[in-house]
Amino acid sequence: MKLMTCPINGTRPISEFVYWGEIRPAPDANTCTDDRWADYVFNRNGAPGVKKEWWCHTPSNTWFIAERDTEKDKVLRTYLHGDDK
Amino acid sequence: MPWRLLRFGLSKKHPEPRMFTAHDTLKSSYDVVIIGGGGHGLASAYYLARDHGITNVAVLEKGYIGGGNTGRNTTIIRSNYLTPEGVKFYDKSVQLYQDLSTEFDLNLFYSTRGHFTLAHTDSAMRTMRWRAEVNKHYGIASEVVGPEEVKRSTPQIDLSCGGHAPIMGALYHAPGAVARHDAVAWGYGRGADMRGVEIHQQTAVTGIEVKGGKVVGVHTSRGFISTGKVICAVAGSTPRITDMVGVRTPIYIHPLQAMVSEPMKPWLDSILVSGSLHIYVSQSARGELVMGASLDPYEVHSTRSTLDFPEGLAAHLLDMFPFLSHTKVVRQWAGMADMTPDFAPIMGLTPVEGFYLDSGWGTWGFKATPVCGKTMAWTAVNDKPHELITGFSLDRFRNYSLTGEKGAASVGH
Ligand SMILES: Cc1cc2nc3c(=O)[nH]c(=O)nc-3n(C[C@H](O)[C@H](O)[C@H](O)COP(=O)(O)OP(=O)(O)OC[C@H]3O[C@@H](n4cnc5c(N)ncnc54)[C@H](O)[C@@H]3O)c2cc1C
Repeated sequence: MKLMTCPINGTRPISEFVYWGEIRPAPDANTCTDDRWADYVFNRNGAPGVKKEWWCHTPSNTWFIAERDTEKDKVLRTYLHGDDK
Repeated sequence: MPWRLLRFGLSKKHPEPRMFTAHDTLKSSYDVVIIGGGGHGLASAYYLARDHGITNVAVLEKGYIGGGNTGRNTTIIRSNYLTPEGVKFYDKSVQLYQDLSTEFDLNLFYSTRGHFTLAHTDSAMRTMRWRAEVNKHYGIASEVVGPEEVKRSTPQIDLSCGGHAPIMGALYHAPGAVARHDAVAWGYGRGADMRGVEIHQQTAVTGIEVKGGKVVGVHTSRGFISTGKVICAVAGSTPRITDMVGVRTPIYIHPLQAMVSEPMKPWLDSILVSGSLHIYVSQSARGELVMGASLDPYEVHSTRSTLDFPEGLAAHLLDMFPFLSHTKVVRQWAGMADMTPDFAPIMGLTPVEGFYLDSGWGTWGFKATPVCGKTMAWTAVNDKPHELITGFSLDRFRNYSLTGEKGAASVGH
Protein backbone atom coordinates (compact mmCIF):
# COMPACT_ATOMS: atom_id res chain seq x y z
CA MET A 1 0.00 0.00 0.00
CA LYS A 2 1.30 3.43 -0.86
CA LEU A 3 1.42 5.88 2.00
CA MET A 4 1.32 9.65 2.25
CA THR A 5 1.90 11.90 5.22
CA CYS A 6 -0.81 14.41 6.01
CA PRO A 7 0.70 17.35 7.92
CA ILE A 8 -2.16 17.15 10.45
CA ASN A 9 -3.13 13.46 10.60
CA GLY A 10 0.17 11.74 9.95
CA THR A 11 0.85 8.81 7.64
CA ARG A 12 -2.23 7.41 5.93
CA PRO A 13 -2.98 5.17 2.90
CA ILE A 14 -2.87 7.16 -0.32
CA SER A 15 -6.46 6.14 -1.10
CA GLU A 16 -7.55 8.68 1.56
CA PHE A 17 -6.03 11.50 -0.47
CA VAL A 18 -7.12 13.35 -3.58
CA TYR A 19 -4.71 14.95 -6.01
CA TRP A 20 -5.53 18.47 -7.20
CA GLY A 21 -2.69 19.15 -9.61
CA GLU A 22 0.41 21.27 -9.71
CA ILE A 23 0.37 24.65 -7.98
CA ARG A 24 0.03 27.29 -10.66
CA PRO A 25 -0.07 30.98 -9.81
CA ALA A 26 -3.04 32.64 -11.55
CA PRO A 27 -2.37 35.70 -13.68
CA ASP A 28 -4.35 38.85 -12.89
CA ALA A 29 -7.59 38.37 -14.84
CA ASN A 30 -8.07 42.14 -15.26
CA THR A 31 -4.75 42.88 -16.83
CA CYS A 32 -3.54 39.76 -18.61
CA THR A 33 -3.99 39.13 -22.35
CA ASP A 34 -6.50 36.61 -23.73
CA ASP A 35 -3.65 34.34 -24.83
CA ARG A 36 -2.05 34.38 -21.41
CA TRP A 37 -5.41 33.60 -19.80
CA ALA A 38 -6.12 30.69 -22.17
CA ASP A 39 -2.63 29.40 -21.46
CA TYR A 40 -3.40 29.48 -17.73
CA VAL A 41 -6.78 27.79 -18.14
CA PHE A 42 -5.69 24.91 -20.36
CA ASN A 43 -1.95 24.39 -20.63
CA ARG A 44 -0.01 22.30 -18.16
CA ASN A 45 3.55 21.42 -17.37
CA GLY A 46 3.20 17.80 -18.46
CA ALA A 47 6.87 16.85 -18.30
CA PRO A 48 8.30 14.82 -15.43
CA GLY A 49 10.06 16.48 -12.51
CA VAL A 50 9.80 17.32 -8.84
CA LYS A 51 6.55 19.25 -8.60
CA LYS A 52 4.70 21.14 -5.89
CA GLU A 53 1.14 19.88 -5.87
CA TRP A 54 -2.13 20.42 -4.04
CA TRP A 55 -3.43 17.35 -2.22
CA CYS A 56 -6.38 16.94 0.13
CA HIS A 57 -6.79 14.41 2.93
CA THR A 58 -10.49 13.81 2.32
CA PRO A 59 -11.70 12.36 5.67
CA SER A 60 -10.49 15.51 7.46
CA ASN A 61 -10.64 17.88 4.49
CA THR A 62 -7.05 18.97 5.11
CA TRP A 63 -5.55 20.78 2.15
CA PHE A 64 -1.80 20.77 1.91
CA ILE A 65 1.17 20.82 -0.44
CA ALA A 66 3.22 17.81 -1.48
CA GLU A 67 6.56 17.91 -3.24
CA ARG A 68 6.64 14.82 -5.39
CA ASP A 69 8.95 13.30 -7.99
CA THR A 70 6.50 12.41 -10.75
CA GLU A 71 8.90 10.02 -12.46
CA LYS A 72 9.74 7.92 -9.39
CA ASP A 73 6.30 8.54 -7.82
CA LYS A 74 8.04 9.46 -4.60
CA VAL A 75 6.67 12.00 -2.12
CA LEU A 76 9.61 14.06 -0.88
CA ARG A 77 7.82 16.27 1.62
CA THR A 78 4.39 17.51 2.65
CA TYR A 79 3.42 20.68 4.50
CA LEU A 80 0.55 23.10 5.01
CA HIS A 81 0.32 26.15 2.80
CA GLY A 82 2.54 28.86 4.25
CA ASP A 83 4.78 26.40 6.12
CA ASP A 84 7.33 26.15 3.33
CA LYS A 85 10.44 26.90 5.35
CA MET B 1 8.25 -27.64 -35.50
CA PRO B 2 11.14 -28.35 -33.05
CA TRP B 3 13.27 -29.50 -36.01
CA ARG B 4 12.61 -26.31 -37.86
CA LEU B 5 13.47 -24.30 -34.77
CA LEU B 6 16.66 -26.27 -34.26
CA ARG B 7 17.69 -25.81 -37.87
CA PHE B 8 17.01 -22.11 -37.52
CA GLY B 9 19.06 -21.90 -34.34
CA LEU B 10 22.05 -23.73 -35.80
CA SER B 11 22.06 -22.14 -39.23
CA LYS B 12 24.52 -19.34 -39.80
CA LYS B 13 22.54 -18.06 -42.75
CA HIS B 14 19.25 -17.56 -40.88
CA PRO B 15 16.86 -19.12 -43.37
CA GLU B 16 13.89 -17.00 -42.19
CA PRO B 17 13.79 -13.40 -43.42
CA ARG B 18 13.60 -10.85 -40.62
CA MET B 19 10.59 -8.53 -40.35
CA PHE B 20 12.73 -5.39 -40.71
CA THR B 21 16.06 -4.36 -42.10
CA ALA B 22 18.49 -3.40 -39.33
CA HIS B 23 20.38 -0.24 -40.31
CA ASP B 24 23.82 0.23 -38.79
CA THR B 25 24.09 3.94 -39.42
CA LEU B 26 21.83 6.96 -39.52
CA LYS B 27 21.94 9.13 -42.63
CA SER B 28 22.88 12.77 -42.17
CA SER B 29 19.49 13.94 -43.41
CA TYR B 30 15.95 12.75 -44.09
CA ASP B 31 12.91 14.36 -45.72
CA VAL B 32 10.79 13.43 -42.71
CA VAL B 33 11.79 12.22 -39.25
CA ILE B 34 9.14 10.44 -37.18
CA ILE B 35 9.69 10.32 -33.43
CA GLY B 36 8.18 7.19 -31.90
CA GLY B 37 7.97 3.67 -33.31
CA GLY B 38 4.53 2.88 -31.95
CA GLY B 39 1.59 2.09 -34.22
CA HIS B 40 0.98 5.77 -34.98
CA GLY B 41 4.56 6.57 -36.00
CA LEU B 42 4.91 3.43 -38.10
CA ALA B 43 1.53 3.97 -39.78
CA SER B 44 2.55 7.55 -40.64
CA ALA B 45 5.75 6.21 -42.21
CA TYR B 46 3.81 3.57 -44.13
CA TYR B 47 1.36 6.03 -45.67
CA LEU B 48 4.10 8.58 -46.41
CA ALA B 49 5.82 5.90 -48.49
CA ARG B 50 2.75 4.22 -49.96
CA ASP B 51 0.42 7.14 -50.65
CA HIS B 52 2.89 9.97 -51.19
CA GLY B 53 6.03 8.23 -52.49
CA ILE B 54 8.13 9.81 -49.73
CA THR B 55 10.59 7.13 -48.65
CA ASN B 56 13.56 9.10 -47.35
CA VAL B 57 12.03 8.78 -43.90
CA ALA B 58 13.46 7.69 -40.55
CA VAL B 59 11.37 6.36 -37.68
CA LEU B 60 13.31 6.86 -34.44
CA GLU B 61 12.33 4.66 -31.52
CA LYS B 62 14.08 4.95 -28.20
CA GLY B 63 13.16 1.42 -27.11
CA TYR B 64 11.70 -1.26 -29.32
CA ILE B 65 8.87 -1.17 -31.83
CA GLY B 66 5.43 -1.26 -30.25
CA GLY B 67 6.89 -1.21 -26.72
CA GLY B 68 4.89 1.87 -25.74
CA ASN B 69 1.14 2.12 -25.41
CA THR B 70 0.69 0.23 -28.68
CA GLY B 71 1.83 -2.97 -26.98
CA ARG B 72 0.09 -2.19 -23.68
CA ASN B 73 -3.45 -1.44 -24.73
CA THR B 74 -6.59 -3.53 -24.49
CA THR B 75 -7.23 -3.23 -28.24
CA ILE B 76 -10.85 -2.11 -28.34
CA ILE B 77 -11.79 -0.75 -31.75
CA ARG B 78 -15.06 1.15 -32.23
CA SER B 79 -16.48 4.33 -33.71
CA ASN B 80 -19.56 5.10 -31.57
CA TYR B 81 -18.23 8.39 -30.22
CA LEU B 82 -20.18 11.52 -29.32
CA THR B 83 -18.95 14.43 -31.44
CA PRO B 84 -19.36 14.58 -35.23
CA GLU B 85 -15.59 15.18 -35.56
CA GLY B 86 -14.86 12.05 -33.54
CA VAL B 87 -17.45 9.82 -35.18
CA LYS B 88 -16.29 10.61 -38.73
CA PHE B 89 -12.65 10.17 -37.81
CA TYR B 90 -13.00 6.86 -35.94
CA ASP B 91 -15.35 5.49 -38.59
CA LYS B 92 -12.64 6.01 -41.21
CA SER B 93 -10.24 4.12 -38.97
CA VAL B 94 -12.60 1.16 -38.53
CA GLN B 95 -12.98 1.05 -42.33
CA LEU B 96 -9.21 1.06 -42.85
CA TYR B 97 -8.81 -1.78 -40.32
CA GLN B 98 -11.03 -4.09 -42.39
CA ASP B 99 -8.44 -4.44 -45.15
CA LEU B 100 -5.22 -4.34 -43.18
CA SER B 101 -4.63 -8.09 -42.74
CA THR B 102 -4.80 -8.55 -46.51
CA GLU B 103 -2.77 -5.43 -47.20
CA PHE B 104 0.02 -6.52 -44.81
CA ASP B 105 -0.26 -10.23 -45.57
CA LEU B 106 -0.21 -10.61 -41.80
CA ASN B 107 -3.03 -11.88 -39.61
CA LEU B 108 -4.09 -9.09 -37.24
CA PHE B 109 -6.63 -11.38 -35.56
CA TYR B 110 -9.17 -8.64 -36.17
CA SER B 111 -12.27 -9.94 -34.45
CA THR B 112 -15.63 -8.19 -34.64
CA ARG B 113 -17.43 -8.89 -31.36
CA GLY B 114 -20.12 -6.29 -30.75
CA HIS B 115 -19.59 -3.68 -28.04
CA PHE B 116 -21.98 -2.89 -25.17
CA THR B 117 -21.58 0.29 -23.13
CA LEU B 118 -23.70 -0.44 -20.06
CA ALA B 119 -25.84 2.25 -18.47
CA HIS B 120 -26.74 2.02 -14.79
CA THR B 121 -28.31 5.46 -14.34
CA ASP B 122 -30.84 7.71 -16.07
CA SER B 123 -28.15 10.17 -17.02
CA ALA B 124 -26.03 7.43 -18.57
CA MET B 125 -29.08 6.29 -20.58
CA ARG B 126 -29.51 9.84 -21.81
CA THR B 127 -25.89 9.97 -23.02
CA MET B 128 -26.36 6.60 -24.77
CA ARG B 129 -29.43 7.90 -26.63
CA TRP B 130 -27.56 11.01 -27.62
CA ARG B 131 -24.60 8.99 -28.88
CA ALA B 132 -26.87 6.58 -30.78
CA GLU B 133 -28.54 9.49 -32.61
CA VAL B 134 -25.24 11.16 -33.54
CA ASN B 135 -23.85 7.79 -34.66
CA LYS B 136 -26.89 6.91 -36.78
CA HIS B 137 -26.77 10.32 -38.41
CA TYR B 138 -23.29 9.45 -39.67
CA GLY B 139 -24.31 5.97 -40.79
CA ILE B 140 -22.73 4.05 -37.90
CA ALA B 141 -24.41 0.92 -36.52
CA SER B 142 -25.33 2.04 -33.02
CA GLU B 143 -28.48 1.60 -30.98
CA VAL B 144 -29.82 1.70 -27.45
CA VAL B 145 -30.88 -1.73 -26.19
CA GLY B 146 -32.56 -2.98 -23.02
CA PRO B 147 -31.17 -5.25 -20.30
CA GLU B 148 -32.67 -8.34 -22.03
CA GLU B 149 -30.36 -7.88 -25.01
CA VAL B 150 -27.36 -7.64 -22.71
CA LYS B 151 -28.46 -10.85 -21.01
CA ARG B 152 -29.02 -12.58 -24.35
CA SER B 153 -25.50 -11.78 -25.51
CA THR B 154 -23.90 -12.59 -22.16
CA PRO B 155 -26.10 -14.93 -20.07
CA GLN B 156 -23.49 -15.08 -17.27
CA ILE B 157 -24.00 -11.45 -16.31
CA ASP B 158 -25.72 -10.42 -13.07
CA LEU B 159 -28.00 -7.67 -14.39
CA SER B 160 -28.40 -6.21 -10.91
CA CYS B 161 -24.59 -5.94 -10.52
CA GLY B 162 -24.66 -7.13 -6.94
CA GLY B 163 -27.85 -5.19 -6.31
CA HIS B 164 -26.30 -1.76 -6.15
CA ALA B 165 -25.96 -0.78 -9.83
CA PRO B 166 -28.73 -2.47 -11.86
CA ILE B 167 -28.19 -2.32 -15.62
CA MET B 168 -30.90 -0.15 -17.20
CA GLY B 169 -29.79 -0.61 -20.79
CA ALA B 170 -26.81 -0.22 -23.04
CA LEU B 171 -25.47 1.38 -26.18
CA TYR B 172 -24.85 -1.48 -28.60
CA HIS B 173 -22.32 -1.09 -31.38
CA ALA B 174 -22.17 -4.16 -33.62
CA PRO B 175 -18.85 -3.28 -35.36
CA GLY B 176 -16.97 -3.13 -32.01
CA ALA B 177 -13.84 -5.26 -32.37
CA VAL B 178 -10.51 -6.33 -30.89
CA ALA B 179 -7.24 -7.04 -32.74
CA ARG B 180 -3.64 -8.02 -32.04
CA HIS B 181 -1.86 -4.81 -31.20
CA ASP B 182 1.71 -6.00 -31.90
CA ALA B 183 0.69 -7.21 -35.32
CA VAL B 184 -0.67 -3.76 -36.19
CA ALA B 185 2.68 -2.14 -35.36
CA TRP B 186 4.69 -4.87 -37.07
CA GLY B 187 2.51 -4.85 -40.19
CA TYR B 188 2.87 -1.11 -40.63
CA GLY B 189 6.58 -1.34 -39.83
CA ARG B 190 7.26 -4.09 -42.34
CA GLY B 191 5.20 -2.32 -45.02
CA ALA B 192 7.16 0.91 -44.46
CA ASP B 193 10.50 -0.94 -44.37
CA MET B 194 9.72 -2.73 -47.66
CA ARG B 195 9.14 0.65 -49.27
CA GLY B 196 12.47 2.07 -48.15
CA VAL B 197 11.68 3.75 -44.82
CA GLU B 198 14.41 3.29 -42.19
CA ILE B 199 13.34 2.13 -38.75
CA HIS B 200 15.94 2.81 -36.07
CA GLN B 201 15.28 1.19 -32.72
CA GLN B 202 17.30 2.06 -29.60
CA THR B 203 17.54 5.61 -30.92
CA ALA B 204 16.21 8.35 -28.65
CA VAL B 205 15.53 11.90 -29.73
CA THR B 206 17.27 14.16 -27.21
CA GLY B 207 16.68 17.59 -28.73
CA ILE B 208 15.14 19.39 -31.69
CA GLU B 209 16.92 22.18 -33.52
CA VAL B 210 14.68 25.11 -34.49
CA LYS B 211 15.93 28.13 -36.49
CA GLY B 212 13.77 31.12 -37.33
CA GLY B 213 10.67 29.28 -36.15
CA LYS B 214 11.38 26.27 -38.38
CA VAL B 215 12.56 22.76 -37.61
CA VAL B 216 16.02 22.14 -39.06
CA GLY B 217 17.04 18.90 -37.41
CA VAL B 218 16.95 16.55 -34.45
CA HIS B 219 19.59 15.47 -31.95
CA THR B 220 19.54 11.79 -31.17
CA SER B 221 21.44 9.42 -28.91
CA ARG B 222 23.32 8.44 -32.08
CA GLY B 223 24.10 11.88 -33.46
CA PHE B 224 22.49 14.80 -35.29
CA ILE B 225 20.18 14.45 -38.30
CA SER B 226 19.00 17.37 -40.41
CA THR B 227 15.38 17.46 -41.53
CA GLY B 228 12.70 20.03 -42.22
CA LYS B 229 9.77 17.94 -41.03
CA VAL B 230 9.24 16.10 -37.77
CA ILE B 231 6.15 14.09 -36.86
CA CYS B 232 5.95 13.57 -33.10
CA ALA B 233 3.97 10.42 -32.16
CA VAL B 234 5.25 9.56 -28.69
CA ALA B 235 2.03 9.26 -26.63
CA GLY B 236 3.03 9.42 -22.92
CA SER B 237 6.32 11.18 -23.70
CA THR B 238 4.72 14.06 -25.63
CA PRO B 239 5.37 16.82 -23.07
CA ARG B 240 9.09 15.93 -23.00
CA ILE B 241 9.28 16.42 -26.76
CA THR B 242 7.09 19.54 -26.96
CA ASP B 243 9.32 21.10 -24.28
CA MET B 244 12.24 20.65 -26.72
CA VAL B 245 10.56 23.03 -29.19
CA GLY B 246 8.92 25.29 -26.59
CA VAL B 247 5.35 24.42 -27.58
CA ARG B 248 2.89 24.55 -24.66
CA THR B 249 0.02 22.03 -24.59
CA PRO B 250 -2.70 20.96 -22.12
CA ILE B 251 -1.41 17.37 -22.14
CA TYR B 252 -0.93 15.73 -18.77
CA ILE B 253 0.23 12.18 -18.09
CA HIS B 254 -1.54 9.66 -15.88
CA PRO B 255 -0.85 5.92 -15.94
CA LEU B 256 -3.54 3.61 -17.27
CA GLN B 257 -3.34 0.06 -16.05
CA ALA B 258 -4.70 -3.22 -17.39
CA MET B 259 -4.56 -6.90 -16.52
CA VAL B 260 -5.40 -10.35 -17.87
CA SER B 261 -6.79 -13.46 -16.22
CA GLU B 262 -5.68 -17.02 -16.70
CA PRO B 263 -7.03 -18.45 -19.97
CA MET B 264 -10.43 -20.13 -19.89
CA LYS B 265 -12.89 -21.66 -22.34
CA PRO B 266 -14.55 -19.12 -24.62
CA TRP B 267 -17.64 -17.72 -22.90
CA LEU B 268 -17.52 -13.96 -23.44
CA ASP B 269 -18.18 -13.05 -27.03
CA SER B 270 -19.00 -9.36 -26.65
CA ILE B 271 -16.92 -6.48 -25.37
CA LEU B 272 -18.52 -5.03 -22.22
CA VAL B 273 -17.88 -1.59 -20.80
CA SER B 274 -19.35 0.05 -17.72
CA GLY B 275 -18.55 3.65 -16.93
CA SER B 276 -20.26 3.49 -13.53
CA LEU B 277 -18.34 0.39 -12.44
CA HIS B 278 -15.12 1.70 -14.06
CA ILE B 279 -14.50 -1.48 -15.96
CA TYR B 280 -14.22 -2.93 -19.40
CA VAL B 281 -13.65 -6.55 -20.35
CA SER B 282 -13.31 -8.79 -23.39
CA GLN B 283 -11.99 -12.30 -23.95
CA SER B 284 -8.91 -12.69 -26.12
CA ALA B 285 -8.32 -15.36 -28.75
CA ARG B 286 -6.12 -17.09 -26.16
CA GLY B 287 -9.02 -17.26 -23.70
CA GLU B 288 -7.70 -14.68 -21.26
CA LEU B 289 -10.04 -12.01 -19.96
CA VAL B 290 -8.51 -8.66 -20.90
CA MET B 291 -9.59 -6.07 -18.36
CA GLY B 292 -9.09 -2.42 -17.69
CA ALA B 293 -10.44 0.35 -15.53
CA SER B 294 -10.12 4.13 -15.19
CA LEU B 295 -6.97 6.19 -15.18
CA ASP B 296 -4.76 6.24 -12.12
CA PRO B 297 -5.84 9.18 -9.95
CA TYR B 298 -2.66 11.27 -10.17
CA GLU B 299 0.19 12.22 -12.50
CA VAL B 300 3.04 9.70 -12.84
CA HIS B 301 5.67 9.46 -15.59
CA SER B 302 6.46 5.77 -15.38
CA THR B 303 4.84 2.45 -16.12
CA ARG B 304 4.70 1.15 -12.55
CA SER B 305 1.75 -1.00 -11.44
CA THR B 306 -0.16 -0.84 -8.16
CA LEU B 307 -2.02 -3.36 -6.03
CA ASP B 308 -4.99 -0.99 -5.64
CA PHE B 309 -5.72 -1.48 -9.30
CA PRO B 310 -6.42 -5.25 -9.46
CA GLU B 311 -8.23 -5.02 -6.11
CA GLY B 312 -10.62 -2.34 -7.30
CA LEU B 313 -11.10 -3.86 -10.71
CA ALA B 314 -11.77 -7.34 -9.32
CA ALA B 315 -14.42 -6.01 -6.94
CA HIS B 316 -16.32 -4.44 -9.82
CA LEU B 317 -15.84 -7.41 -12.11
CA LEU B 318 -17.40 -9.66 -9.46
CA ASP B 319 -20.43 -7.37 -9.31
CA MET B 320 -21.00 -8.20 -12.96
CA PHE B 321 -19.76 -11.81 -12.99
CA PRO B 322 -19.87 -13.38 -9.51
CA PHE B 323 -18.85 -16.77 -10.95
CA LEU B 324 -15.34 -15.46 -11.62
CA SER B 325 -14.48 -15.33 -7.92
CA HIS B 326 -11.83 -18.06 -8.20
CA THR B 327 -10.24 -16.78 -11.39
CA LYS B 328 -6.55 -15.92 -11.17
CA VAL B 329 -4.91 -12.80 -12.51
CA VAL B 330 -1.78 -13.67 -14.44
CA ARG B 331 -0.41 -10.31 -15.58
CA GLN B 332 -0.86 -6.63 -14.95
CA TRP B 333 0.92 -3.65 -16.45
CA ALA B 334 0.59 0.08 -17.16
CA GLY B 335 1.07 2.60 -19.93
CA MET B 336 1.47 6.38 -19.76
CA ALA B 337 -1.66 8.00 -21.13
CA ASP B 338 -1.33 11.47 -22.69
CA MET B 339 -4.60 13.04 -21.56
CA THR B 340 -6.37 16.17 -22.83
CA PRO B 341 -9.07 18.25 -21.11
CA ASP B 342 -11.74 17.41 -23.72
CA PHE B 343 -10.81 13.75 -24.33
CA ALA B 344 -10.11 14.48 -28.00
CA PRO B 345 -6.61 14.18 -29.50
CA ILE B 346 -4.25 17.01 -30.47
CA MET B 347 -3.17 16.61 -34.08
CA GLY B 348 -1.66 18.64 -36.86
CA LEU B 349 0.32 21.86 -37.15
CA THR B 350 1.98 23.69 -34.27
CA PRO B 351 3.47 27.18 -33.87
CA VAL B 352 6.83 25.67 -34.98
CA GLU B 353 6.98 25.22 -38.74
CA GLY B 354 7.66 21.62 -39.73
CA PHE B 355 6.78 20.23 -36.28
CA TYR B 356 3.63 18.12 -36.48
CA LEU B 357 1.89 16.65 -33.46
CA ASP B 358 0.01 13.36 -33.24
CA SER B 359 -0.74 13.31 -29.53
CA GLY B 360 -3.31 13.48 -26.79
CA TRP B 361 -4.25 9.90 -27.56
CA GLY B 362 -4.71 9.10 -23.91
CA THR B 363 -6.63 5.90 -23.37
CA TRP B 364 -8.30 5.69 -26.77
CA GLY B 365 -5.72 5.86 -29.59
CA PHE B 366 -5.17 2.26 -30.65
CA LYS B 367 -8.36 2.20 -32.69
CA ALA B 368 -7.21 5.36 -34.44
CA THR B 369 -3.82 3.98 -35.55
CA PRO B 370 -4.65 3.60 -39.27
CA VAL B 371 -6.46 6.91 -39.66
CA CYS B 372 -3.77 8.76 -37.70
CA GLY B 373 -1.09 7.40 -40.00
CA LYS B 374 -3.08 8.38 -43.04
CA THR B 375 -4.01 11.89 -41.94
CA MET B 376 -0.60 12.70 -40.39
CA ALA B 377 1.21 11.66 -43.57
CA TRP B 378 -1.10 13.91 -45.62
CA THR B 379 -0.71 16.77 -43.14
CA ALA B 380 3.10 16.64 -43.14
CA VAL B 381 3.25 16.48 -46.95
CA ASN B 382 0.80 19.32 -47.55
CA ASP B 383 1.73 21.41 -44.51
CA LYS B 384 -1.93 21.88 -43.66
CA PRO B 385 -4.30 19.82 -41.54
CA HIS B 386 -6.14 16.98 -43.26
CA GLU B 387 -9.88 17.72 -43.30
CA LEU B 388 -10.59 14.89 -40.86
CA ILE B 389 -8.38 16.42 -38.15
CA THR B 390 -9.29 20.10 -38.22
CA GLY B 391 -11.38 19.64 -35.07
CA PHE B 392 -8.32 18.33 -33.21
CA SER B 393 -5.92 21.25 -33.64
CA LEU B 394 -3.82 22.58 -30.78
CA ASP B 395 -5.34 26.01 -31.50
CA ARG B 396 -8.67 24.99 -30.02
CA PHE B 397 -7.27 25.60 -26.56
CA ARG B 398 -6.48 29.19 -27.47
CA ASN B 399 -9.91 29.80 -28.95
CA TYR B 400 -11.97 27.97 -26.33
CA SER B 401 -13.41 25.74 -29.10
CA LEU B 402 -13.03 22.37 -27.43
CA THR B 403 -14.19 19.07 -28.96
CA GLY B 404 -16.06 17.59 -25.98
CA GLU B 405 -15.62 13.85 -26.32
CA LYS B 406 -15.62 12.91 -22.65
CA GLY B 407 -19.09 11.36 -22.71
CA ALA B 408 -17.81 8.69 -25.08
CA ALA B 409 -14.15 8.31 -24.21
CA SER B 410 -13.54 8.15 -20.48
CA VAL B 411 -13.61 4.52 -19.38
CA GLY B 412 -14.88 3.21 -22.66
CA HIS B 413 -11.77 3.96 -24.72
C1 LIG C 1 -3.65 0.08 -20.51
C2 LIG C 1 -4.08 0.79 -21.77
C3 LIG C 1 -5.25 0.38 -22.42
C4 LIG C 1 -5.65 1.01 -23.59
N1 LIG C 1 -6.76 0.54 -24.24
C5 LIG C 1 -7.11 1.05 -25.43
C6 LIG C 1 -8.21 0.48 -26.15
O1 LIG C 1 -8.83 -0.49 -25.70
N2 LIG C 1 -8.54 1.03 -27.35
C7 LIG C 1 -7.85 2.08 -27.87
O2 LIG C 1 -8.22 2.53 -28.96
N3 LIG C 1 -6.80 2.64 -27.21
C8 LIG C 1 -6.41 2.14 -26.00
N4 LIG C 1 -5.34 2.68 -25.33
C9 LIG C 1 -4.63 3.84 -25.91
C10 LIG C 1 -3.62 3.41 -26.97
O3 LIG C 1 -2.81 2.37 -26.47
C11 LIG C 1 -2.71 4.57 -27.37
O4 LIG C 1 -3.43 5.75 -27.56
C12 LIG C 1 -1.97 4.25 -28.68
O5 LIG C 1 -1.43 2.96 -28.64
C13 LIG C 1 -0.88 5.27 -28.92
O6 LIG C 1 -0.04 4.81 -29.96
P1 LIG C 1 1.24 5.61 -30.35
O7 LIG C 1 1.89 4.89 -31.47
O8 LIG C 1 0.89 7.04 -30.54
O9 LIG C 1 2.14 5.59 -29.02
P2 LIG C 1 3.11 4.46 -28.41
O10 LIG C 1 2.74 3.11 -28.83
O11 LIG C 1 3.23 4.74 -26.95
O12 LIG C 1 4.48 4.78 -29.13
C14 LIG C 1 5.26 5.90 -28.81
C15 LIG C 1 6.72 5.47 -28.90
O13 LIG C 1 7.54 6.63 -28.79
C16 LIG C 1 8.75 6.23 -28.19
N5 LIG C 1 9.45 7.41 -27.68
C17 LIG C 1 9.11 8.18 -26.62
N6 LIG C 1 10.02 9.16 -26.46
C18 LIG C 1 10.94 9.02 -27.45
C19 LIG C 1 12.10 9.75 -27.82
N7 LIG C 1 12.53 10.81 -27.12
N8 LIG C 1 12.79 9.33 -28.90
C20 LIG C 1 12.40 8.25 -29.62
N9 LIG C 1 11.29 7.54 -29.32
C21 LIG C 1 10.58 7.92 -28.25
C22 LIG C 1 8.29 5.26 -27.11
O14 LIG C 1 9.35 4.39 -26.74
C23 LIG C 1 7.14 4.54 -27.78
O15 LIG C 1 7.49 3.29 -28.34
C24 LIG C 1 -4.91 2.09 -24.13
C25 LIG C 1 -3.76 2.51 -23.47
C26 LIG C 1 -3.32 1.86 -22.31
C27 LIG C 1 -2.06 2.33 -21.63
